[in-house]
Amino acid sequence: MRRHKEGALNSTIDASAPKHLRGKYAIVGVGETEYTRGSGVTTRVLGTTAVRNAIADAGLAAADIDGMLSYNGNDSVPSTSIAGDLGIRLNFYMDCQGGGSSTEALVGIAIGVIEAGLCKTVAIFRSMNGYSQVRIGGSGRSSGRSALSGDALFGRAYGLASAAHNFAPTFMRHMYEYGTTPEQVAHVKAIHSEHASNNPKAFYKQRVTVDDVLASRMICKPLHLLDCCVETDNGNCVIVTSMQRAKDCRHVPAQILGVVGRCSKPRVDNHYQSGPISSVAGIYAKDILWPNAGVGPQDIQVTGAYDAFTFTTMLQLEDYGFCKKGEGGEYVSSGIMRLGGERPNNTSGGHLCEGYTHGIAMVIENVRQLRHDVDDSCPVGTDGKRQHSYDYSEGGCRQVKDVELSANLGWATPATGSALVMARAA
Amino acid sequence: MAGGIYGNKRRTGGRKLVALQGEYLGMAVAIDDLDRANQEFYRHCGDGRLHLQACAACDLLRYPTTTACPWCSAADYQWRPVSGKGSVYSYCEVHHAIQPLFRPFLPYLILLVQLDEQAGAPGEHDGLRVTGNLVSPSGELAAESLVRSVGIGTRVQVRMIDLGDGMALPQWVVDESAEQPAKPWRYPQE
Repeated sequence: MRRHKEGALNSTIDASAPKHLRGKYAIVGVGETEYTRGSGVTTRVLGTTAVRNAIADAGLAAADIDGMLSYNGNDSVPSTSIAGDLGIRLNFYMDCQGGGSSTEALVGIAIGVIEAGLCKTVAIFRSMNGYSQVRIGGSGRSSGRSALSGDALFGRAYGLASAAHNFAPTFMRHMYEYGTTPEQVAHVKAIHSEHASNNPKAFYKQRVTVDDVLASRMICKPLHLLDCCVETDNGNCVIVTSMQRAKDCRHVPAQILGVVGRCSKPRVDNHYQSGPISSVAGIYAKDILWPNAGVGPQDIQVTGAYDAFTFTTMLQLEDYGFCKKGEGGEYVSSGIMRLGGERPNNTSGGHLCEGYTHGIAMVIENVRQLRHDVDDSCPVGTDGKRQHSYDYSEGGCRQVKDVELSANLGWATPATGSALVMARAA
Repeated sequence: MAGGIYGNKRRTGGRKLVALQGEYLGMAVAIDDLDRANQEFYRHCGDGRLHLQACAACDLLRYPTTTACPWCSAADYQWRPVSGKGSVYSYCEVHHAIQPLFRPFLPYLILLVQLDEQAGAPGEHDGLRVTGNLVSPSGELAAESLVRSVGIGTRVQVRMIDLGDGMALPQWVVDESAEQPAKPWRYPQE
């Protein structure tokens, strides 16, 4: 495994001192449904399918799973339904409220409950009809008809109803303070669309340019339509167990080096009260993530910086220290995060192109990257592994060559984030 | 008025509070009788002046209404009038309405207004940043020409919009009496 380089940004990290269960747990199975806008099935079907696929991917049986965690934003399905459907007897389960930033946090909780002896192997899932049933901002049938409560008067009364409305003041303020340009940020979408064109699962596989982003209709300044992610229907699952058990599973384990769960800025209720508002929770989370993982941002070879919007990718990469504060616009437009660049981001196409999963699919993608077995169109060899060409042209390969270390940066709001560093197990 | 999270007999004279009901842009407003702090916030607005909770222990103001002091955790507070003047700190210009009721008003501005009081306190980057829309002097959501004239740095002042039942919603108008920046910062792709 690559370890911390001389002169990297986090010079105080001591990789030789294991901390907080570093390297003792792994993600051993991943699974999902297809990404659609109109699944035609219940979230229970989506969840069952994703969990069953992840169990099979791990080379496990339903009887090997004894823990379950899920997160929902009103549109998921409880662990008890999935466990019952698949004949899983649970020693532990918990379903929590939340969207983005939940996956990494639940990986941390899974490690904790296994370590505490509550169970041995945990399936974490997210199931959502995020397009056909429950859309962000509540643009469904009842929108605007329920009475405004005291707390809602501070938001919906002002036509402030979506994540875009909530986050825009942070995005705008970053442009104001640092001169970040619409063109720079549009590169995030253009690059992720290149990646998605090499992902047969992606909902949007068509490549778009920076000009396409800037020419797309304005949703709310500073966000054009193509600065926003694509809401889809899908189920996804990852399976966490100890490294000891991981060795009996089917794939090279994605070893967990460090986790941060829903780390928050002050005034998480209304973070605009506590500045600088152009910074996000990563400014706190980085001080947990890198020392615990024993690596720094310069060691990471592939990132999964959450792209609910183009801006969220940039802000997180910046605040976790992948570049200096204020230089996020230059980072995302430099080519560094393209396939073939030094540190590709969201090689699946992410939420902007592959589909919207509240972050779990970005973890799945990095698990597959670390296995050196990402599911692109490269031919499968006699050993069952893809023979990657590393030709990243449209419709081609999306495997990052010899990748050993990944970082996922999960986003809930500017005020809350989670993170996960994984390594290809030796 | 003195207050805390439990009861306020001095204000109500021991009477049971009832839900306040109003209406704004066709949206029903109903502030629950248990939600005393928000009832008081919007009733003060109805009286014509923006009031914020001032902590009885540390004296810091806060926004929006909270059940304890975000800076020192103390429960008790007083309502304190503020000038209702400030500068646009950031904004979102909405071109696609999520709520159908807002479609006739596109594009509309959601402002984050930094009040003149307590700017840069308690921390260097902190401030009282109040949400609201830009409205015309007559109180309508601002037309596009007015929307395009406002950006970060524009001086604004509060304009109360009647909600009924003694309540009002704080909105923002350009402060014609203030010295305005030569060119407020606007999103660059215009």
